Amino acid sequence: MQTILEVENLNKTFTLHQQQGVVLNVLKNISFNVQAGECVVLHGHSGAGKSTLMRTLYGNYLPANGSIRILHQGGMFDMVGAEPREIMAVRRETMGYVSQFLRVIPRVTCLDIVMEPALERGWSLEKARSRAQALLQRLNIPERLWSLAPGTFSGGEQQRVNIARGFMVDWPVLLLDEPTASLDDVNRQVVLDLITEAKQAGSALIGIFHDKAARDGVADRYIDMNTQEASHAA
Amino acid sequence: MAALPSIIETTQSAGRQPLLAVREVGKLFGPDKGCQNVSFDLYPGEVLGIVGESGSGKSTLLSVLSGRSQPQEGNITYCNKQGELIDLYSSSEAERRTLLRTEWGFVEQNPRDGLRMGVSAGANIGERLMAQGVRHYGTLREQGLSWLNQVEIDPNRIDDLPRTFSGGMQQRLQIARNLVSSPRLVFMDEPTGGLDVSVQARLLDMLRRLVRELDLAVVIVTHDLAVARLLADRLMVMRRSRVVESGLTDQILDDPQHPYTQLLVSSVLQP
Amino acid sequence: MISSLENQNRPARAEGYNFAYLDEQTKRMIRRGLLKAVAIPGYQVPFGGREMPLPYGWGTGGIQVTAAVLGEDDVLKVIDQGADDTTNAVSIRRFFSTTAGVQTTERTGEATIIQTRHRIPEAELKKGQIMVFQVPIPEPLRFIEPSETETKTMHALNDYGVMHVKLYEDIAKYGHIATAYAYPVLVDDRYVMDPSPIPKFDNPKLDMSPALMLFGAGREKRLYAVPPYTRVSSLDFDDHPFEVQKWEQSCAICGSDHSYLDEIIVDDQGTRQFVCSDTDYCSQQVARQEKQ
Repeated sequence: MQTILEVENLNKTFTLHQQQGVVLNVLKNISFNVQAGECVVLHGHSGAGKSTLMRTLYGNYLPANGSIRILHQGGMFDMVGAEPREIMAVRRETMGYVSQFLRVIPRVTCLDIVMEPALERGWSLEKARSRAQALLQRLNIPERLWSLAPGTFSGGEQQRVNIARGFMVDWPVLLLDEPTASLDDVNRQVVLDLITEAKQAGSALIGIFHDKAARDGVADRYIDMNTQEASHAA
Repeated sequence: MAALPSIIETTQSAGRQPLLAVREVGKLFGPDKGCQNVSFDLYPGEVLGIVGESGSGKSTLLSVLSGRSQPQEGNITYCNKQGELIDLYSSSEAERRTLLRTEWGFVEQNPRDGLRMGVSAGANIGERLMAQGVRHYGTLREQGLSWLNQVEIDPNRIDDLPRTFSGGMQQRLQIARNLVSSPRLVFMDEPTGGLDVSVQARLLDMLRRLVRELDLAVVIVTHDLAVARLLADRLMVMRRSRVVESGLTDQILDDPQHPYTQLLVSSVLQP
Repeated sequence: MISSLENQNRPARAEGYNFAYLDEQTKRMIRRGLLKAVAIPGYQVPFGGREMPLPYGWGTGGIQVTAAVLGEDDVLKVIDQGADDTTNAVSIRRFFSTTAGVQTTERTGEATIIQTRHRIPEAELKKGQIMVFQVPIPEPLRFIEPSETETKTMHALNDYGVMHVKLYEDIAKYGHIATAYAYPVLVDDRYVMDPSPIPKFDNPKLDMSPALMLFGAGREKRLYAVPPYTRVSSLDFDDHPFEVQKWEQSCAICGSDHSYLDEIIVDDQGTRQFVCSDTDYCSQQVARQEKQ
């Protein structure tokens, strides 16, 4: 199967200038590949750097050095050192990210949030709306909530809106940070089904799951963050 | 809105030129007062936020970038609708004014500075079109109504004076007035400053939508990081006339590298 | 009332005044300004306006222009809202007879210089005649842009979008362009000009006229001009074209149905009559009818 993502010698440090310049080496020389259609799960205890790795892959955190090559617009594109607009293009077309918490913007309705990735790709309003509605229905978000801004939703509802947004369009690479954390059994299964469908469609997925059952349901491989732990210097 | 297609055509062409190329621009009023050594490229559809505290030089930079204030150093090149490269300060004031009226927009912090308070909302919106030679009253009226809709002002207010509008409405009217000429680049100076929080939210939401629908490039100056996060794709952080950090908005706000940026981000109150 | 006779002797000039009141250097200065104004049709030329023996708002600009171009052999007509016999017209005419000793007339056809407040005569002007207009506010953009530096820049950069804003506002408010006088015009396809508070009825007379049109604003100290045979078009919209005033009535005195009519109240019961505003034209019409 085709390699969609190649991570090579990725390093991430945080220098806390507000705290006398303390340096945290969170990621040290991380290397791995992900193929189309597989789901790689990041494994390790809290603080081992799983979310950090995910955010670094997405460009949300700035790597110290190394390379993150992703199959984008027909070629392997290195995210490290890329221009902001190039990263935006990757985020629009190639790499999706379902974060742990929904970022709520005032006045933006649940439906608008879910439709956005499709509209960014140029989908028509009707097509985007019908797919968004289908996803929300599948994730058991009642219709009366669709035209409300999710600020007042429960944690679980917000997370499901987030997931609907994440699966709105096809992603060659999809990053999932605790997608099943606040969900009950029924909805967790829906998410696992969505993940499985994405794999079958050829997406490469990288996920963080605290829930063992969820992990076991979708994981093809594990990357053990603990082995990186030796480099965690205070 | 009839004018849209030509913009979209241009921006979707591959391998495009930066819309605005800024090289080593500087204008100082005193040591570290103003801006210096500023360089960046802005592409169609990008929203660039310039953030910093009072006195950081962001407003100076904005007036230099928008053609209103000649820099002492550096140059600014703009790629117009025809694909010609224009050196901003080598061209005449007439050309700059025309640019500001047609392909560019400028949203002032105080809407009173950006509107004609003594003429109706419809006239305010129509003015740019009239300046471009539109001589059909019916067309002007149509455009006025259409744009009022776009900026979420009741179309029945088309003949009302801006004096009768609230601050938020005046600001939205100012935005409509700028966008009616289908600009490709819009400069905004603290567009939500002075507005109530809920009014701000509405305005920001509207701006996000318009930026996406019209594929606008925007340079927005703000001291409010929340506004920056919401609207800007990229940020430049200014401190005492210099750009101390620049990059992707969420990266700068979530993983600031420069000590000053870290200070700025950590100082924001979370309600 | 001074009656006009073909062979009238020139009135005696008063002692102690230079010809036409102004000193020669001032007249030169104004003529320089006028030359520039004629060279740039519609463009406002600043000039060093002098103190005149009447206050601002009473025609000091027009008087200075007339004084600068007046010669011994000129025949002067002065009208105020079309009439030769109102106080202002009489005073100004007397001023020039006294200080210049020139022949004066009420007949448009006989005049070489016609100073006017707020009207252009009905009779067609001829080559060689000079119209001098009294102007209160020379700046057509002033109503919408109070800053002088800004309006200067707008004229320089041909930035006239805002002129149509006023017309748009009229249509929005009244359903039609409500400006009835001082209707802005485009001169020689370049400058937008305020033709002084003449009724819009008179605007077409400015277009391609054989006469020279000079405009003087005393308080604002500006001169401008429209040379003979210059294109002057009134601003309008494609779907609201420029129209002149029309009356249902005809002149009660001469019966004219194509001149500008004033509405006057003739008795305490409020009876109205419409009469020609141009007194000379009216009396000419009557004279012609009597002959027939």
